[in-house]
Amino acid sequence: MTYIAKPRLHHPSLACNALGYTRRDYEGRVSTLCAGCGHDSISAAIVRACWELAIEPHRVAKLSGIGCSSKTPDYFLSPSHGFNTVHGRMPSVLTGANLANRELLYLGVSGDGDSASIGIGQFVHAIRRGVNMVYIVENNGVYGLTKGQFSATADAGSVSKKGVVNTDAPLDLVGLALQLGASFVGRSFSGDKEQLVPLIKGAIAHRGAAILDVLSPCVTFNNHAGSTKSYDYVREHNDSINRLDFIEPRAEITVDYAPGELIEVTQHDGSLLRLRKLDAAYDPSDRVAAMNYLHERQAAGEIVTGLLYVDEGAQDLHAHLKTVATPLNTLDTAALCPGAAALDRINAALR
Amino acid sequence: MQPTDIRNPAHFHKVVDCQWACPAHTPVPEYIRLIAAGRYSDAYLVNWKANVFPGILGRTCDRPCEPACRRSRVEESAGNKPEPVAICRLKRVAADLKDDVRAHLPKPATKWNGMRVACVGAGPSSLTVARDLAPLGYRVTVFEADAKPGGFMRTQVPRFRLPEAVIDEETGYILDLGVEFVGGRRIESMRALLGEGYDAIFIGSGAPRGRDLDLPGRHQAAAHIHVGIDWLASVYFGHVSRVGKRVIVLGGGNTAMDCCRSARRLGGEDVKVIVRSGFDEMKASPWEKEDAMHEGIPILDCRVPKAFLHEGGRLVGMSFEKVRVEYLDGRRRLVPTGEPDEVHACDEVLVAVGQENAFPWIERDIGIVFDAKSDMPVVDKLTLQSTLPHVLFGGDAAFGPKNIIWAVAHGHEAALSIDLLLGGADTRDRPGPAVELISQKMGIHEWSYDNDVSNDARYKVPWADPAKSLTSMKLEVELGYDAELAWKEAQRCLNCDVQTVFSDNLCIECDACVDICPMDCITFTHNGEEAELRTRLSAPALNVEQALYVSAPVKTGRVMVKDEDVCLHCSLCAERCPTGAWDMRKFFLELAHAGDGNPRDGKQEAA
Repeated sequence: MTYIAKPRLHHPSLACNALGYTRRDYEGRVSTLCAGCGHDSISAAIVRACWELAIEPHRVAKLSGIGCSSKTPDYFLSPSHGFNTVHGRMPSVLTGANLANRELLYLGVSGDGDSASIGIGQFVHAIRRGVNMVYIVENNGVYGLTKGQFSATADAGSVSKKGVVNTDAPLDLVGLALQLGASFVGRSFSGDKEQLVPLIKGAIAHRGAAILDVLSPCVTFNNHAGSTKSYDYVREHNDSINRLDFIEPRAEITVDYAPGELIEVTQHDGSLLRLRKLDAAYDPSDRVAAMNYLHERQAAGEIVTGLLYVDEGAQDLHAHLKTVATPLNTLDTAALCPGAAALDRINAALR
Repeated sequence: MQPTDIRNPAHFHKVVDCQWACPAHTPVPEYIRLIAAGRYSDAYLVNWKANVFPGILGRTCDRPCEPACRRSRVEESAGNKPEPVAICRLKRVAADLKDDVRAHLPKPATKWNGMRVACVGAGPSSLTVARDLAPLGYRVTVFEADAKPGGFMRTQVPRFRLPEAVIDEETGYILDLGVEFVGGRRIESMRALLGEGYDAIFIGSGAPRGRDLDLPGRHQAAAHIHVGIDWLASVYFGHVSRVGKRVIVLGGGNTAMDCCRSARRLGGEDVKVIVRSGFDEMKASPWEKEDAMHEGIPILDCRVPKAFLHEGGRLVGMSFEKVRVEYLDGRRRLVPTGEPDEVHACDEVLVAVGQENAFPWIERDIGIVFDAKSDMPVVDKLTLQSTLPHVLFGGDAAFGPKNIIWAVAHGHEAALSIDLLLGGADTRDRPGPAVELISQKMGIHEWSYDNDVSNDARYKVPWADPAKSLTSMKLEVELGYDAELAWKEAQRCLNCDVQTVFSDNLCIECDACVDICPMDCITFTHNGEEAELRTRLSAPALNVEQALYVSAPVKTGRVMVKDEDVCLHCSLCAERCPTGAWDMRKFFLELAHAGDGNPRDGKQEAA
């Protein structure tokens, strides 16, 4: 950690977004994580994405569980709402908050321990239900806060800092998310902001469960030879399938590509996702093909990154439940308690 | 771009903008830290070594360091008026609050080295030569027309800006080194001086002739028209103690500012400065203009003097043509506005429109070549030697009027040349500076300097009550910072000498430094040509005066590029670096002075 606060002074050319905020206005307190932690880069990417989208910070709710990753909401978006839940229970609290007020942007930040072990039951059901959220897993394959034991996402055969070989099969959060019906699924790397920032922006604009699995090396316990989640290993085995350009609604499109190089996806809010194909055969709108490709590359020892799957017609939990458009927390007593006559009608309908 | 060679001291020296801008390359951040630590004597000695007159310069310096100060580039963005650190006034604090430093100054040489050096004039450049050479064993004689040493500093800078005690103290330190001072002797003939057999002669006689204005009425009203620097000297010597009620000062330099403020104290009630050029182009330092206006002296610009108006030998006023400033092909022109001439009534006029060199005492047939056009001696810019190798020039005498700190810088270089010359070495083969680059790391996040950047705006120097100070020539106007204010102002210094040093072989490209840098100075990208590279950094590097620091390729083949322009030297890049690829190292540079690198002095053999 660092003892001094980041100085307020900034570069003379620092720009303001449409709301008049600078990127620095989206920052949080100085990180207390280890120097060089991948999580800090992800925080910086979230800051950049929110600034570029001119998101009002007070319309964001940051939710997290327990762990190194779950500490990070303190280090970005200081003016936003925040909730640090019990270990692994972030998805449930997020779901509840989302039901109560559908108008906030829900940003769930979790780690491989919080989501893939203690909280896996919560993780899967939030995805199944299609909660409208951005769920970022900061995945480093170890329990950094308790001195570096393997987590559930550590690859079988990878070696711990002390030299122990992991024999357990890994849990693949991206594979799970695809299987469980997540409508926006991406994987990225903390050391590649050019890929990560547009993915976060696309996920924010997406309506439905958007899951980002971000490999985020633990410099203290999992950045050695033999690790499969180190800076060097991820860089060497990164199979980036596409590059995402996030284009805001009404923004002028100026860059032209030859046909076949691009896939365009229009999201609910009118924003456009332009995918520059790095792998010509990959189709991110085909869930089954995506799952097959992932397994195939994984078997070959590659880490597939990019926007793996997006469903442009996705619906969220509120659509499934047919809730009113007004946030529930703003309904008045008359709307919430329509009286004995209304109750009688409902009961009669159920007889 | 090629990787930056940080073994070349020029790269990091340039990052220390203040030190780079100072003609004597005073290690500014070093002494500001010492002031913050309350070590005033040490701060004074760091100054004394580099610029010889900390107490005098702390009140009168032209401060080229301050416009260069990085602080004024990083504060701009905060929306406030950009203000550099008050470097000059902090220097004065070191002089004001120090203890007795005499025990720490060099001692007179115990052994004469057999060489005799004469200095003409006892101004800052000559005294610097004397200070550098005397402790090495040279017998130095300083000739001065006035009775006391100091030159311009003593006779022309008014006492309300520079108390005489400060001059006595700092010139005294030099004469105490065993320098022979011959006061009251004006050198009338260079030929005669050459005949006295000195091994080297240094000429630091200044630019003693004030320019006059030969306008209609000048001779008729001569009794009430004075050349500025002569008038200031007359005030110093007590020949002048009164001035008329209405005074016009002509000219826009610092001498004009000294004249008008002195006139205000000697009975001038309606004192104004009238200048040909526009206000912004005036030669006077902005703070000197402010000080004059603060004392109720208006500055009227764009008025070209046309005539002195007189009635029966008595000056009654002056007429001026009104002009406007225009630029044609980058050259300034004063174009008449066509308005009728303006008349300003006055009782006395002080002409401060510039100074000239004058060497009537140097015969032109003794081997010292003068430029035919400028009638200035031909002087080597590097060695300060004239065409007679053992005759050197410095200060205003060398290249025309400049200021004290330039005179000191010349003095150092001339002394070094003399030492090399008389040691039988080549004066053009000069020893390089002494450079240190030392890690400031004390613990995991501890540095041996205060890296927490202060957000305070510049602190004002307290002033004496104007009602009192305007009645006295002697009462110093500026009171100087006290210890508490000095500490606060010192905290504004960004410690630009504590350098960010990058080791490409240690970097794992985690981006931690990029993310934490408050100024967006650091980028990892593929290499390119400088002009193009400058446009695609985390923040564009538009200030081409400031260098880029480029590393050798890191593992992914990219390079680290750091824009040195607005770095706060806050150490956060190094604190967030997991591998120690970034380190904060203090860069300390001292110019070679006389005695450094001369085999005869034995220092090289010892090293």
